[in-house]
Amino acid sequence: MKQYNGHFIRPADKYAWYLKKPRYIPYMLRELSSLFVGLFSCILVWGLYQHSQGEVAFNAWTQLIWNQLFWLNLLIFVFAFYHSYSWFMVTPKAMPIKFKGKRVSGVTIIGAHMLLWLIASVVVFTLFVIGA
Amino acid sequence: MNSTNQKNYHASHKPVIWSLFAAGGTVTALLLPALIMLMALAVPLGLMSADLFSYARIQDLLSNPLVKLAVFGIIFLSLWHAAHRMRCTMHDFGVRADGVVAILFYGVASVMSLILAVALFF
Repeated sequence: MKQYNGHFIRPADKYAWYLKKPRYIPYMLRELSSLFVGLFSCILVWGLYQHSQGEVAFNAWTQLIWNQLFWLNLLIFVFAFYHSYSWFMVTPKAMPIKFKGKRVSGVTIIGAHMLLWLIASVVVFTLFVIGA
Repeated sequence: MNSTNQKNYHASHKPVIWSLFAAGGTVTALLLPALIMLMALAVPLGLMSADLFSYARIQDLLSNPLVKLAVFGIIFLSLWHAAHRMRCTMHDFGVRADGVVAILFYGVASVMSLILAVALFF
């Protein structure tokens, strides 16, 4: 065993430790969701830039994301969905709420967030279709 | 008070980055799946008409300054949330060059934020 200042150090695989136990996998997938969130943010920035360049450029972008990038976008959607799910599942720990001196139960906090998520999604579609 | 008991507090960028991460994570969690479904998947899946996504229609939507501001805010926060989380995730993947990683991810987020602002407001 390696030693550091007289203390023993548990040897760990720096690059693949998360493959050692099944329960590390969801953690790593959750963290990795940010790669896909970032990727889609960049795709949207690119689309808005194309839009600022005129109709031809913008139509080229929509055709590209709907055709060539369809499967990538589907994968991005799965990870973004997992990000939302995992983000709301930890809200009772990240944001414990007291109401009239009593702790609000975890199920209530998670449920409220999931409901808010559903409402926000419906609002996005509604505003887009009716034209805000 | 004994001077040896005094703590030395120093300015840190951590609260700024952390608040962007937390706000970005929440905004992303609430809105991004819907935005991906809307912009990237609804038309190829045959759920919506491509006419809704014409240049003129998007132009019309973006002519509202509130929409512009909301679009900017959502994408800006998503970018910085992702950049910060990826920085931490690189450490989990065994990459210990945190300085380089931070410059890389925050750099990409900065450049993207700038392009976003220029595309929307200039």
